[in-house]
Amino acid sequence: MEFKFSEENLQKIEQILKKYPTKQAAVMPVLYLAQEQHGWISKEVMLKTASVLEINEEDVYGVATFYTMYHKKEMGKHHIQVCTNVSCMLRGGYQIYDAVKEKLGLENGEVSSDKKFSLEEVECMGSCGTAPMIAVNEDYFENLDKEKALQILDSLN
Amino acid sequence: MEKIVLPEIENFHQIEVYLQHGGYEAAKSAFSQTTDQIIDTVKKSGLRGRGGAAFSAGLKWSFMPKNNDKPKYLCVNGDESEPGSFKDRQILEYNPHQLIEGTIIACYAIGAKSAYIYVRGEYHKWIKLLEKALADAYEKGFVGEKMKETFATDFSCNIYVHKGAGAYICGEESSLMNSIEGKRGYPRVKPPFPAQNGLWGNPTTINNVETITNIPPIIKKGWEWFSAIGEPKHPGTILFGVSGHVNNPGVFELPSGTLLTDIIYKYASGVIDDKKIKCVIPGGSSMPPLRGDQLEGVKMDAESLKAVGSAIGTGGIMVMDEDTDLVRVLARIAKFYYHESCGQCTPCREGTGWMLKILNRIVRGEGTKKDVDLLVTIAKNIEGNTVCALGDAAAWPVKFMIERFREEFDAVVKDEVSLEPKNKVHSMRETANPITPVQV
Repeated sequence: MEFKFSEENLQKIEQILKKYPTKQAAVMPVLYLAQEQHGWISKEVMLKTASVLEINEEDVYGVATFYTMYHKKEMGKHHIQVCTNVSCMLRGGYQIYDAVKEKLGLENGEVSSDKKFSLEEVECMGSCGTAPMIAVNEDYFENLDKEKALQILDSLN
Repeated sequence: MEKIVLPEIENFHQIEVYLQHGGYEAAKSAFSQTTDQIIDTVKKSGLRGRGGAAFSAGLKWSFMPKNNDKPKYLCVNGDESEPGSFKDRQILEYNPHQLIEGTIIACYAIGAKSAYIYVRGEYHKWIKLLEKALADAYEKGFVGEKMKETFATDFSCNIYVHKGAGAYICGEESSLMNSIEGKRGYPRVKPPFPAQNGLWGNPTTINNVETITNIPPIIKKGWEWFSAIGEPKHPGTILFGVSGHVNNPGVFELPSGTLLTDIIYKYASGVIDDKKIKCVIPGGSSMPPLRGDQLEGVKMDAESLKAVGSAIGTGGIMVMDEDTDLVRVLARIAKFYYHESCGQCTPCREGTGWMLKILNRIVRGEGTKKDVDLLVTIAKNIEGNTVCALGDAAAWPVKFMIERFREEFDAVVKDEVSLEPKNKVHSMRETANPITPVQV
């Protein structure tokens, strides 16, 4: 599938380039823009990013595959991230993770067939003092228990 | 107790409120001094880095070369990904202007025209808050070209926010620089150190968000005032993030040298259900854990923690009660480092996966005593044999958890390796066709 940056995003890229002395340095913010527009980083997105920034394709590929927040496949509309690292684990992170897995019928990294949900077991999100937590796309939900976490899932449509 | 980094003032994150309380006056006073004077003040204040290594901030600044035509850079490290650490996000939310003001002063002191504040990608909300504060500071003329007019100086600098994308390793300073350059976050071999060869090969200083936020009050009130707070060898306040089995988890700004037991029982309101403490990790998950019976009298500063066999790290205190399964905790920690190892150095790339495999085996109840010894051997072979400190960070919890809680591991492992084969294979003599005895 072909990918093109929107006019608005092309203007944003111009602004981003002003922040850095090299074009390569803009690759991370530009990949974020692409992901916002396209939903995930496909091969076409990487190629387009490389041509817009006039940098090597393999460098874009290297960056997109190194960082976990660039999705290399299409994720659900609601990307559910459950932290199970120590601070969350001590306060019931795994109970929440297991309950979410059961409710969505998904394993780590899977996407539901209707593309509504995807699930990821994430590493520490910096919510240790308000543990346990889940994040839905960009939003944090903290101080949870199993019931509250399931209620949040119910409220998503 | 006076709060330096997180003052308890309502709406302090708003530029108007910040200005009402003397905001950006420290920057003004800084521009009336020479850069050497500022570096000297920070040196004398005794301020030590809050990102984990606790290195003297003033000394670090003084490594930046002078009389050098190359552009210089400042990186402010807000990658904050160490499990148990959640302090920088409080600064981004409640006191972004002091961070910005500190960044301006640091830029001036080291001669940097550009500063990058690197914030971890998951902090979408906090990045937006910081960007809002930064836009306000630009508008009021505290940053950028307009600051020449505002502060009546010939110096100006720009501050940019760079968003990470979910890699723990980018909290390591050289990896952070590669990430800003738009590369994979691989740590670099040191030397050369960033002050000689940093961002795009130019002189660069990297400071933690909390370190930089301490700068404006030091400039405003003087080094004598700052160096008198807390422990003389590690002065100032520290943001302690308490998590785990406590009644009141959260971030507490307290003088360095505050008793660990005070932080847990007084500020975090003690352990849930008044249980006993089995284990405390005092500085984020990579720091050596302490036993519950080791905590009495332990002061929270770099030197005191070193003396009891741990380290201050990022001040993330993880409390585990008497019912905690430490084998599972260690397996979870090992999983984290396995996930986050960048894969550049063999001991870390292979060792973290190997340790996780063994720990998972022990958790399943299939481990042996030899496995526990093997874990220690692997950890010792990772430690010190990698380009960056992630190797040590992965090795220390394993090494020290087993050293200090050996009985927890021995209780769940078998004594000997079972030699009983899982798939019974007959010996050649039994399976082969009967051999006719050789006739003599």
